[in-house]
Amino acid sequence: MGKIDIPKGKLEEIYYKMLLTRLFEKKLEYFFSAGMLHGTTHLYIGEEATAIGVCCALDKDDQITSTHRGHGHCIGKGADVKLMMAEMFGKQTGYCKGKGGSMHIADLEIGNLGGNGIVGGGIPIAVGAALTTQYKELDRVVVCFFGDGATNQGSFHESLNLASIWKLPVIFICENNLYGMSIPIENHMNIKDIAQRAKSYGIPGKIVDGNNVFEVYNTVLEAKSYVKQNGPILIESKTYRISGHSKSDANVYRTKEEIEQWKKKDPIKFMKKKLLEQKIFTQEQLETIEKQAAQEIEVSVEFANNSPYPPLDAITDDVYA
Amino acid sequence: MREIIYAQAIKEAMCEEMRNDPDIILMGEDVGLYGGSFEVSAGMLEEFGKKRVRDTPISEAAIAGCAVGAAVTGLRPIIEIMFSDFITIALDQIVNQAAKMRYMFGGKAKVPMVMRTPAGSGTGAAAQHSQSLEAWLCHIPGLKVVVPSTPYDAKGLLKAAIRDDNPVCFFEQKLLYRKKGMVPEGEYIVPLGKADIKKEGKDISIITYGRMIPTCLKAAQDLEKEGISVEVVDIRTLLPMDKETVIQSVQKTGRVLIVHEAVQTGGFGGEIAAVIADSDAFFYLDAPIKRLCGLDVPIPYSPELEKNVVPTEPEIKAALKRLLI
Repeated sequence: MGKIDIPKGKLEEIYYKMLLTRLFEKKLEYFFSAGMLHGTTHLYIGEEATAIGVCCALDKDDQITSTHRGHGHCIGKGADVKLMMAEMFGKQTGYCKGKGGSMHIADLEIGNLGGNGIVGGGIPIAVGAALTTQYKELDRVVVCFFGDGATNQGSFHESLNLASIWKLPVIFICENNLYGMSIPIENHMNIKDIAQRAKSYGIPGKIVDGNNVFEVYNTVLEAKSYVKQNGPILIESKTYRISGHSKSDANVYRTKEEIEQWKKKDPIKFMKKKLLEQKIFTQEQLETIEKQAAQEIEVSVEFANNSPYPPLDAITDDVYA
Repeated sequence: MREIIYAQAIKEAMCEEMRNDPDIILMGEDVGLYGGSFEVSAGMLEEFGKKRVRDTPISEAAIAGCAVGAAVTGLRPIIEIMFSDFITIALDQIVNQAAKMRYMFGGKAKVPMVMRTPAGSGTGAAAQHSQSLEAWLCHIPGLKVVVPSTPYDAKGLLKAAIRDDNPVCFFEQKLLYRKKGMVPEGEYIVPLGKADIKKEGKDISIITYGRMIPTCLKAAQDLEKEGISVEVVDIRTLLPMDKETVIQSVQKTGRVLIVHEAVQTGGFGGEIAAVIADSDAFFYLDAPIKRLCGLDVPIPYSPELEKNVVPTEPEIKAALKRLLI
């Protein structure tokens, strides 16, 4: 890898947000194991370089659609982890007033059009957001996150085709973590690279190392100006989910060895190593950032704990505008 | 006032709203130069251009999802799903996305979109192009469901639907597209959620909607000659339903026949019956609540079969008379 040419302030933001995502989810993992949270969650541990690399290359006005595994996308786009934690606790102060939970965190003001419990469900929504962008001649892009599994949904194919013929400014980001729930990619599609699917729609397909945040960031930065001029692009980010599919996953479909191999490619450790090697930050500087992130998570837990549950008479609020 | 057909009334609603609000667009299969499968949007491409009247690929899921994404980010899309049977392919976006976004995001989003779709049998198009699926969507909080029966209602209700900040499913009645009715030249709105008494009466109420309205009115007029006074209530908006008008009508007449074209089992008639049975109107009933609905079969092709799969005028008259014994 060559010299990192990303501004220092941006690198600090990226490192901080990757840590924040990891620590947020480590907390959730603990709370679930201790029986302190109900429902479910889908952890992103091991994939942070994709969400954060992508989102840190975006402007505030740029928009994203997220997935069921969306904590990284939220934090990348600038979500307040206090409100995310409160939502996980089902509290009134959460992003969705306790009505959405892990999969439905949205913040339209910072361009997060929401998570999605339906695999592939957010893909056409991103196309619609890009239609608004084009129609109103706004200077922004829409990033559409989805996993490898979603690329077998009809909505994926319909959406790429539509975005392509209308030349809409969408960056389609496939987070290929090698498993659609428990099914390994070689059992759910007959091609090796999902980026290949772009060809069917007459748009470019690119592959990035999803555990290398520098590569992800630079690719998306370039893609932004491309899609504004030319219409959509598909970027396949090759990565791996260290955690199970959801909190109830016993990991019977993959080996400990495989997981251990990927742990060696931890995107946060990789970034830290490169930042130290290239002497962009000192060990102490990085430790300070790490402490700040840990502190912010503690504050979020305290905020969530001290927040009230939604009142029962709010059950019927917000069904209709 | 002048007389225009139902399809023209729908087009006028779209055109008038689009002239007033540049955020409104129309998308769908063949809605541009072709003018839509039932010519509802004929001429709109010429007036509004390709940017606002958008032909799409045959991709119902993407059409619906694109509308959801556009609506949540500031446009007010109208989509046409060519036949209401094809909503099956778009339903994830309508049911899981459009309907729920506002609630599951804690009230932070609004999804102002209209899904227009031609519904119903009677055109010889057989089982996959003839269904009446409106009851499905009435089961989804967050949606509004409208089935207009006259040109006047079609125009006024569609204008209300376009201005509404919620996803509205607008089931147009294929067999009514060419029917004429009086429509004012000037601006008017028919509010969503309000039933309409299409004919007043005192002996028995018919609660119905959509294509069954003209058939029921005809039956009612015939019975009038025999000295039987029938009230015909058009509920027009199924979700949210105007329960009050239904209850009041039944309290007045003490007898009720519920009629719809859609198949009986799981149909909206069951909901209407339950609303009546759950209300004070129950104590005014002089006969059991009766439904007359489509048979529980797919729509058949052969003309005589197709005609008889839905309630016919003689059947309606016979059912009314039985309730009056």
